[in-house]
Amino acid sequence: MLGKTAGGLFWMFRYLERSENTARLIEAGFRIALTRADGDDDEWTSVLQTAAVAHLYFQKYEQIEAARAIDFLLRDATNPSSVMSAIAAARQNARLVRTAITREVWEAVNDTYMILKQTLARPVSARDLPEVLALIRQQSALVRGAMHGTMLRNDIFDFCRLGTFLERADNTARILDVKYYVLLPSISQIGSSLDNVQWETILRSVAGMRAYRWINQGETNPKGIADFLIFDGRMPRSLAFSVGKIATNLGYLDRAYGLRHPSHDQIDVISARLTHGTIDRVFEDGLHEFITDFLADIARLGQQIETDYRFLG
Amino acid sequence: MSDTSRFFDEMSRADGGHRPPYDAYSAWFHGEDLRDLRKKSEDAERFFRRTGITFNVYGQAEADERLIPFDIVPRIISGREWSRLTRGIEQRVRAINAFLHDIYHRQEILRAGRVPVELIARNDAFLPQMIGMSPPGGVYTHIVGVDLVRTGEDDFYVLEDNARTPSGVSYMLENRETMLQMFPELFTRIKVQPVQDYPVNLHRSLAASAPANCSDHCTVAVLTPGIHNSAYFEHAFLADQMGVELVEGHDLRIVGGKVQMRTTQGYRPIDVLYRRVDDDFLDPMNFRPDSMLGVPGVMDVYRAGGITIANAPGTGIADDKAIYSYMPDIVEFYTGEKAILQNVPTWRCGEADALAYVLDHLSELVVKEVHGSGGYGMLVGPAASKKELAAFRTKLMAKPANYIAQPTLALSTVPILTKAGLAPRHVDLRPFVLVAPDRITITPGGLTRVALKKGSLVVNSSQGGGTKDTWVLEE
Repeated sequence: MLGKTAGGLFWMFRYLERSENTARLIEAGFRIALTRADGDDDEWTSVLQTAAVAHLYFQKYEQIEAARAIDFLLRDATNPSSVMSAIAAARQNARLVRTAITREVWEAVNDTYMILKQTLARPVSARDLPEVLALIRQQSALVRGAMHGTMLRNDIFDFCRLGTFLERADNTARILDVKYYVLLPSISQIGSSLDNVQWETILRSVAGMRAYRWINQGETNPKGIADFLIFDGRMPRSLAFSVGKIATNLGYLDRAYGLRHPSHDQIDVISARLTHGTIDRVFEDGLHEFITDFLADIARLGQQIETDYRFLG
Repeated sequence: MSDTSRFFDEMSRADGGHRPPYDAYSAWFHGEDLRDLRKKSEDAERFFRRTGITFNVYGQAEADERLIPFDIVPRIISGREWSRLTRGIEQRVRAINAFLHDIYHRQEILRAGRVPVELIARNDAFLPQMIGMSPPGGVYTHIVGVDLVRTGEDDFYVLEDNARTPSGVSYMLENRETMLQMFPELFTRIKVQPVQDYPVNLHRSLAASAPANCSDHCTVAVLTPGIHNSAYFEHAFLADQMGVELVEGHDLRIVGGKVQMRTTQGYRPIDVLYRRVDDDFLDPMNFRPDSMLGVPGVMDVYRAGGITIANAPGTGIADDKAIYSYMPDIVEFYTGEKAILQNVPTWRCGEADALAYVLDHLSELVVKEVHGSGGYGMLVGPAASKKELAAFRTKLMAKPANYIAQPTLALSTVPILTKAGLAPRHVDLRPFVLVAPDRITITPGGLTRVALKKGSLVVNSSQGGGTKDTWVLEE
């Protein structure tokens, strides 16, 4: 496979994952706004921070405002992580790697692009928002389904999966990074309504609300949430799960090519930290520090994969 | 503009009946509901958009990917008509390859005085780098598109040869795919010769032309200028269908005397490069130094016999419009036979007598630039206003050798589906020809382009043309 193609697949799936995660963040933010008595828009600031686009938003607007924040996250062309920008970038990469993906996958991506381009041609009203977000979710599922159902399990598939899980690990870590203070036992006033709302935001952002309650029989506490998102290998958006998948797919590449690279050593270190770590230890050493390190590790790993498999040269 | 009733229609006869190749189709069509067919037409458009068969329009934003309109009424050719055409096409393509070999070696045809020397010497399409060089297997034009028009029951003319990088074959394949999906019942009733094995034939044909030193397993790759090229879809489509890599210049490098591509496991050699990049851009070391699209040094590897480039550089000298007018002589010179396919009578405006005639009859003629393509820079005399004629006259007189003129051909018509039902529109046909050292393969049919505007004779997709599926019936 061409190095360029591997890079195209990797980024195609990073952007697809990003579009889905951005949609999920909007959904969480919107839900909180609806269920909160005081109608202030602060929640949107942290949503923008989580998507790592707050600085871009404030270049464009002075004040935070729900409708603007939603529009910025959903369809603003100047925001490279907006749902529309990410889908357009995913499709552009898909065109680039058209020969490496099946017709079904290409058509699912192209279809998604065309449908969203039409749906997001104009600002989406609050009334239509739930339906539009549901549509984005459905389309993501369609692409994923086409991929799982039709693609060979070879190196092509591995690069797609690497893109997906690197992006997911980054996104989940970012949610924790922005909200880490809510999870610190020293600061949080357990049981206050404010905290309940914040915790709910976190869980909704990773579509983990129902799963968390199911596992914990309704008991919600900050340490439990942090443990769930960092260490729980059953939770498909947790750091442990995402890192596990990255390790597996890098392992497949190692076996297929018979070539071990520096990225294999890096993922071993990251994996070990998650396999042997405990939530108590993380809290002792500092949750914020742990997440900051993790984000840096993941970024470095992404660059190393790019070098090892010659995406660019 | 023309009154279409004066033209040869391939479906309907003047007496109200239809021509035999359309027997079964007409019977089926008249049993169909027009509204259902209109709906099928819309389905087809959706199908094309979904597949992504679009072309980028130069100079427009990337977002403007346009769709070439597709008409659901097939263009039908009988098996007998087709076998006659293929004999003519094969003869012509053989002559083109012999001409190319000669023109880059002994130049017998120039010595014999059958083609004027200055037509070659002063022609940009002639590549001095190819002199004395013999491509692997002796094949110059691995892929040729021969543009044909029809004016009567037995009158076919070659309008143009495309010996560089002919495009459109993806439309031929996708048009058939679409028709199979929309009208499966038609294909059970009517036996149409298949086109789907084109990619397999293309791969086989390219591999057969590989350099002698190629290992048992030859690696073929398609070279594209990139995602912004108007024909990118086709490049990706063909690579995909052949199961080979689609590469750009920056994926390639010369390593150890071979052209190699950068893979996830290091550099890997390529034996045959099906390039969809023009000669000028192929090698910045040997041609245009500012080209970012090619591979520095690829010509040196080529000359050393390390790679096959398809089509060979310098084939443009055979499809130049000024050379075109000599094609009947060229065919005769190399095959010893009269050309089976006719040329359109052509006046070379560089010749004084011809120029005088052309200036006198400008309003009846079609005048083309010798090196133009895509229907740009062309005058269609009968359709032009007085002002346009005057402006063109000035251009023509300033640089007569830059133009050729031809009579306005009475292009045949084939019906398209309109809101009001069937309506005749002018068409041409581009069959695709594959040349390997041991054989020539012509896919039955080809790409039918249709001028969708009533009376228009310009079929180019950039100027309001569409396409149709082309059926060659089993004999």
